[in-house]
Amino acid sequence: MTELSKTEAAVGEPTPAGGTPRAFLDVRDLKVHFPTDDGLVKSVDGLSFQLEKGKTLGIVGESGSGKSVTSLAVLGLHRLGNRGKNVQMSGEIWLDGKELVSASPDEVRRLRGREMAMIFQDPLSAMHPYYTVGNQIVEAYRVHNKVDKKTARKRAVELLDRVGIPEPAKRFDNYPHEFSGGMRQRAMIAMALVNNPELLIADEPTTALDVTVQAQILDLIRDLQKEFGSAVIIITHDLGVVAEIADDILVMYGGRCVERGPVDKIFYEPQHPYTWGLLGSMPRIDRAQTDRLIPVKGQPPSLINVPSGCAFHPRCPYEDVPEGGVTRTERPELREVGGRHHVACHLSQEDRSRIWTEEIAPKL
Amino acid sequence: MSETETRAGTSAARTEKPAADEKPLLKVEGLVKHFPVKKGLLQRQVGAVKAVDGIDFEVRRGETLGVVGESGCGKSTMGRLITRLLEPSGGKIEFDGTDITHLGTSGMRPLRRDVQMIFQDPYGSLNPRHTIGTIVSAPFRLQGVEPEGGVKKEVQRLLELVGLSPEHYNRYPHEFSGGQRQRIGIARALALKPRMVVADEPVSALDVSIQAQVVNLMDDLQDELGLTYVIIAHDLSVVRHVSDRVAVMYLGKIVELADRDALYTSPMHPYTKALMSAVPIPDPKRRTAKSERILLRGDVPSPIAPPSGCRFHTRCWKATQICTTTEPPLAELRPGQRVACHHPENFEDQQPQDTVLLSVAKEAAALVADEVLAESAQTSAAVAAEREPEASGEAAETEAEASAEEVTKKSASKEPEGK
Amino acid sequence: MISYIIRRTIAALLLLLVVTAVTFGIFFILPKLAGQTPDQLAQQYIGKNPTPEDIAAVKRNLGLDQPVYVQYWEFIKGIVSGATYDLGPSTVRCDAPCFGYSFKDHIEVWPQLTERLPVTLSLAVGAAVLWLVGGIAAGVVSALKPGSFFDRSAMGVALAGVSLPMFFTGQLALLLFSYKLEIFGRTYVPFTENPSQWANTLFLPWCSLALLYSAIYARLTRSGMLETMNEDFIRTARAKGLRERKVVVRHGLRAALTPLVTVFGMDIGLLLGGAVITETVFSLHGIGEYAVQAITANDLPPILGVTLLAAFFVVFMNLVVDLLYATIDPRVRLS
Repeated sequence: MTELSKTEAAVGEPTPAGGTPRAFLDVRDLKVHFPTDDGLVKSVDGLSFQLEKGKTLGIVGESGSGKSVTSLAVLGLHRLGNRGKNVQMSGEIWLDGKELVSASPDEVRRLRGREMAMIFQDPLSAMHPYYTVGNQIVEAYRVHNKVDKKTARKRAVELLDRVGIPEPAKRFDNYPHEFSGGMRQRAMIAMALVNNPELLIADEPTTALDVTVQAQILDLIRDLQKEFGSAVIIITHDLGVVAEIADDILVMYGGRCVERGPVDKIFYEPQHPYTWGLLGSMPRIDRAQTDRLIPVKGQPPSLINVPSGCAFHPRCPYEDVPEGGVTRTERPELREVGGRHHVACHLSQEDRSRIWTEEIAPKL
Repeated sequence: MSETETRAGTSAARTEKPAADEKPLLKVEGLVKHFPVKKGLLQRQVGAVKAVDGIDFEVRRGETLGVVGESGCGKSTMGRLITRLLEPSGGKIEFDGTDITHLGTSGMRPLRRDVQMIFQDPYGSLNPRHTIGTIVSAPFRLQGVEPEGGVKKEVQRLLELVGLSPEHYNRYPHEFSGGQRQRIGIARALALKPRMVVADEPVSALDVSIQAQVVNLMDDLQDELGLTYVIIAHDLSVVRHVSDRVAVMYLGKIVELADRDALYTSPMHPYTKALMSAVPIPDPKRRTAKSERILLRGDVPSPIAPPSGCRFHTRCWKATQICTTTEPPLAELRPGQRVACHHPENFEDQQPQDTVLLSVAKEAAALVADEVLAESAQTSAAVAAEREPEASGEAAETEAEASAEEVTKKSASKEPEGK
Repeated sequence: MISYIIRRTIAALLLLLVVTAVTFGIFFILPKLAGQTPDQLAQQYIGKNPTPEDIAAVKRNLGLDQPVYVQYWEFIKGIVSGATYDLGPSTVRCDAPCFGYSFKDHIEVWPQLTERLPVTLSLAVGAAVLWLVGGIAAGVVSALKPGSFFDRSAMGVALAGVSLPMFFTGQLALLLFSYKLEIFGRTYVPFTENPSQWANTLFLPWCSLALLYSAIYARLTRSGMLETMNEDFIRTARAKGLRERKVVVRHGLRAALTPLVTVFGMDIGLLLGGAVITETVFSLHGIGEYAVQAITANDLPPILGVTLLAAFFVVFMNLVVDLLYATIDPRVRLS
């Protein structure tokens, strides 16, 4: 903790110690480790970020980067389920002035679904097949509100209507399998919003959907955020989605944040070689180029054997640019490079700017 | 032919393509696949899922044909039909001049060498109990082929070709990551030196950085081995990157089939346009241009009872009376661009006399920004004026006016709703 | 839904027809194929030292010298509308459902079955309640704390329960609690006469039978629960802020137990056709015991009757399972 305060203070983060009010969601040095037979899986290994109400944070990363575990940890869901029996978690998660890591499971449970809610990737498997869509929403409402079934039903129908489900009163009694994919995700959103949560986490909310439906759902999330003024975290692998909807972006690799900052910074002045790799790997619908894509070489790291030093160094084309093999021995700290833009990279600022403007940007 | 020009322009980096007038490698006519729906006490057939419902296209030698569409549009069924993993209900498939529509298992044997398939799921398509060597050499055993220098040597060559190490020969699939497994699947598909490879969502299960590796690999292999690809994908960005020509499917039909650049820069079918506008663009500055986006109403109708006439008319903002009654033919409106639409975008109206919008179309138009409508009316008018500068110029103008009028009417009627 | 019920019922009836055909085949056609003459076949229905008249009477009554289809028709007709047996000096009317007539004991099979059914039913239902409660509870607790002390010991007991033969556990319990300690009675008393006596005598058989089954059910529940608790919809339920107990009961258990319904239906169906070993060990005069007696006495008609009844129960329970499934899982109603 002391070490953490130092680094954060060094980069000028508003800390409560300095008298500045704490961000609505303030995650500090979060670590989530799962002991397994094969070794310790360091799913999240020292992650810090802040998010204000009314803002959207996009967490981008590939499978196994720790992005989903982060969201589950915020909701306290990481320790429930078979995998989480012996989970080791440290760090701090402050939600609206309350610290959640040290809070009792029951305190966190009471916040879950009321102050913070979640939308999952695959709405078909995320809804119980035996209960009607309406009743599942009613259940979510009645956990936190002492109301009779009729009132709850009215509230559920109201929300189904709000998320754009035609004939909501009739559809209330349908089962999830009787909904189309897009409708199910709408119902899922209604379920998450039924208690007006202040923090909404959407884990790959559109990955299982068709592109025209994705557009509808992203539109809906954006509108609802304006209406409810909640803080939203969107977790995705799709840079297009975050470009569309996020204010800030956090790029995760091997359980850590390698770069975070305002969306424009990440897209127009990215500083981390992994971010460059992501941008170069992506075919673009808005460009007519026929050049080859520029993939990242190699495979994503194993979270049990995260490479030493910078986790990205085995795949980094600039591994040897910093002197003395520091990329292989020392873990780069996340440093601010200006305007809320943070990067964890051993390359010097000059090298990064030069490589970006001379080598990467022209090819994108 | 202007078509050859475009193709030459875009594919300059690749190996030279054969002339377009050469006979196509694959020719599909009126292809139909219906899956019966059974219901009731006696399990009688009460209908059919019209997965593929009469499509025509051809695949030229050495090209990549991209097939896009949303889930349920029939693109995967189409892939399984042309590789003859499924028996067509109707129509004709010709591979290199041979009719393969109803060939039996034995008749298909020689063809199996020429046509191979790559599947989406790199986890499910490899038998976990077999070594990589066994998996990749399976085609040799099945076809009874003894490659030069022996099976093992050939398999190791293939593994190297797809960027794996020959030492992986004795390993098992679970030891590999998703991207590597997809490479194994590709190696297996290439074992018999096929001429055409049909890839169904080859990269959609992979992470972005790995996806790029596989896309590049497929690109290289095409150059090296002169392969012809049919790539089926839902990701329009990937399809734009890999394809020479692109077919857009909706509810079992091809609604537009065009050269890649023509399709992406000036789509003619409203569905193509909506589909492309829905793709989130990784460029935050474009976010303000949300107005460019065309949101479609509701869901794709059921393929059991597709809408009459043009199947898109229930969600189209340009639909008129004729769209509900007459199915538009897939016509070559511009060289290299075939479209099935009565009121195409970026082109002159095919049914200018039919101007009264359907009520569903008006509702759909409420989701389309005025700028889009205005722009579309303008381009259509411009195309019309350009194409027929003399006599019918007037008609085109009136048409444009009519559309423009419609727009103003619409925005006027929209205002009270706006609050 | 109604169409689904009708369809399932018709399927069950057809299945019953098939079952009767197969049973008929085993008892009447197979011996013929094995080269037995009608005379030899008839002899088996009577016992030692038959007179030619007896043989003729059996042949006549069972139609053994008739073509196969006539025999089968008579067989089915007997079940549906009863049959009349002409035994030379006297005729015997066997009312529907006629499950056959024992020429050895000169008695109809059906009344024997109905008399013994309550015993078997009492045994099966009582044991089922015990093993459902015990097995499912043990399975759920094990699944919620996999690897814990409880889990390990419960699964150890379960393993023992499956592996120890009924002859052993049953005899041991009988010896200890009934003969030595004299806690439990040994003569079956109908429930209608004296419920407490009824429970008292049946307690040991219930426990012995339930031990075996609860072991299986505990293991099934445990694996089903482990799988279900990893489902996405469980995560959703937790994300709503539900208490863990509610998550387990309302969301987990219901999905985890669905496959158990199938197994349970089959088990009950089979048991109703006679819990052979338990009934023998505890000398309960149930259907299983009847079958054993008939087999020892080499008396074919009761064996045929028991086989038919057992088949009927299995088919019936299958139907019940199908209908239950449709009520539990709304997705089933679709297909």
